[in-house]
Amino acid sequence: MPDKMPHDAILASLFPEGHAVTLADGLITGDGPLNGGRLAVIGIDGDTALGIEGACHLAGRVLDVVRAGGATPILVLIDSDSQRMSRRDELLGLNEYLAHLAKALLLADAQGHPTIGLLYGHSAAGAFIATALATRVLAALPGAHPSVMDLPSVARVTKLPLETLQAMARSTPVFAPGLDNMVQTGAVQVVLDPDKPLGPQVGALIAESPADDTRDALGLARGGRPVARDIAARVVREAQGMVVGEARGA
Amino acid sequence: MDWKPVTLSPSPLDQSWYEASARARLAGLLDADSFQEFIGPEQRMMSPHLPLFDLPRAFDDGMIVGHGLLEAQPVLVAAQEGRFMGGAFGEIHGAKLVGLLRAALAVKPSAVLILFDTGGVRLQEANAGETAIAEIMRAIAIARAAGIPVIGLIGGRAGCYGGGGLVAGTCSRLVISEGGRLSVSGPEVIETNRGAEEFDSRDRALVWRTMGGKHRRLLGAADAFVDDTIGAFRAAALAAIPAAPAFDLATLQAEQARLEARLDRFGDCADATEIWGRLGVDDPTAVPGLTTEAFDALLDRLPEGPHHAR
Repeated sequence: MPDKMPHDAILASLFPEGHAVTLADGLITGDGPLNGGRLAVIGIDGDTALGIEGACHLAGRVLDVVRAGGATPILVLIDSDSQRMSRRDELLGLNEYLAHLAKALLLADAQGHPTIGLLYGHSAAGAFIATALATRVLAALPGAHPSVMDLPSVARVTKLPLETLQAMARSTPVFAPGLDNMVQTGAVQVVLDPDKPLGPQVGALIAESPADDTRDALGLARGGRPVARDIAARVVREAQGMVVGEARGA
Repeated sequence: MDWKPVTLSPSPLDQSWYEASARARLAGLLDADSFQEFIGPEQRMMSPHLPLFDLPRAFDDGMIVGHGLLEAQPVLVAAQEGRFMGGAFGEIHGAKLVGLLRAALAVKPSAVLILFDTGGVRLQEANAGETAIAEIMRAIAIARAAGIPVIGLIGGRAGCYGGGGLVAGTCSRLVISEGGRLSVSGPEVIETNRGAEEFDSRDRALVWRTMGGKHRRLLGAADAFVDDTIGAFRAAALAAIPAAPAFDLATLQAEQARLEARLDRFGDCADATEIWGRLGVDDPTAVPGLTTEAFDALLDRLPEGPHHAR
């Protein structure tokens, strides 16, 4: 697996003329110049677990961008652990804090601030859903390694030998960790080239971002999710057919 | 906790939500005989992945979606069956809910109701399940922005964990019962990762007061606490629909303020009873034993404002 591109190298490639993005306690916030305007940046660095304070802080920055108006795009840089697993986080309602961060990103996107995720390290489970997976377009850099759960933990839960799972992982992308599998599923739309400047690549993603959620169509085309798109489309058809039938007095 | 004894009443409204199957919950929740299923079990759309793991499949993949009437209002409904694979989100299971939420834009129901009963993402289909959760949350945001309330009902055996907890946090309104647990990492997951000193998953009283319905209602994570009957969930769902907040900047700014205030007020609390005490509950240790009636009376006495921004 290629080495992970460090976050300062990513920022230097994104903003060759300099930027105002800072890192504190594993959280990335700030902005930099892009195409004559600004690109807002939030993120998580250093395989940091996302807990209630971090999610609340990042959501606040996203809402600041929405409140300021305009069409400033938002880049979400991710090298995180999973959600922070603790009694205190759950006691205080971690599900609300993570959902709130995802909703802030979804609202920003709906109100004209294109959201782009850039996965450059690890991410997993609730932290992945609340950040990278809540963006309109999710890109990755070689060396990224998302997972829902690592194979030894999957072995524990499914009670299958690790060797069996490793063999299965080579033939089916649907359960195994890793960037290639998340690309095939359609969750990661594109892998960027770290040897070319990232600013123009991110700018192109913003310009070309699809209006609708196309991840299930990508998953079908790439073979990682063979049936999801057709199932969702069939539910829509059956629901609409029922309404049409009622209108005809059927 | 205060379980209802097995009812001798024949009315579906008096049956235990916790004990009922997903189909029985839907049948009792909706107006009689009004439910029409999409991709019903006769179509046998089963997981293409579980055979790899030599696991049995279900004709509905543990997710039932369709249309029905709630007090004569048209609603779209989704119900998870917690007794199949722990109600976990697999490829088909998740895609059915994605399709239902997308259909809401065309069908324009009075609401979409999601009957949660889930341990989270199905590990045998982890990448498909995780991606489906993200698609569901995006589709909920779009439906809500179009003015369609999305109401979550939580009271099943499997609780509402993992990605299910994030989907629930995206809903307009949440109704929860004593048996409903709402959380991201479950007790066993925390114990496995951090040890029994962090969370003793066998301490059921600790599980309930940390993740259970009463705590979630007191904290503001759920909007209504109800008895464990299908009739109580039906009444609360009806009341929730007209109260659904808009999905806009004002709502999310209010939620931001609500969640920041919670960190300030309760961030140093080690146990739910400390939080309840600071909320003004005179005898926090008595809360788990309160009946729904007594708990509602307690809520009315507390000096708290509404926690409805979500």
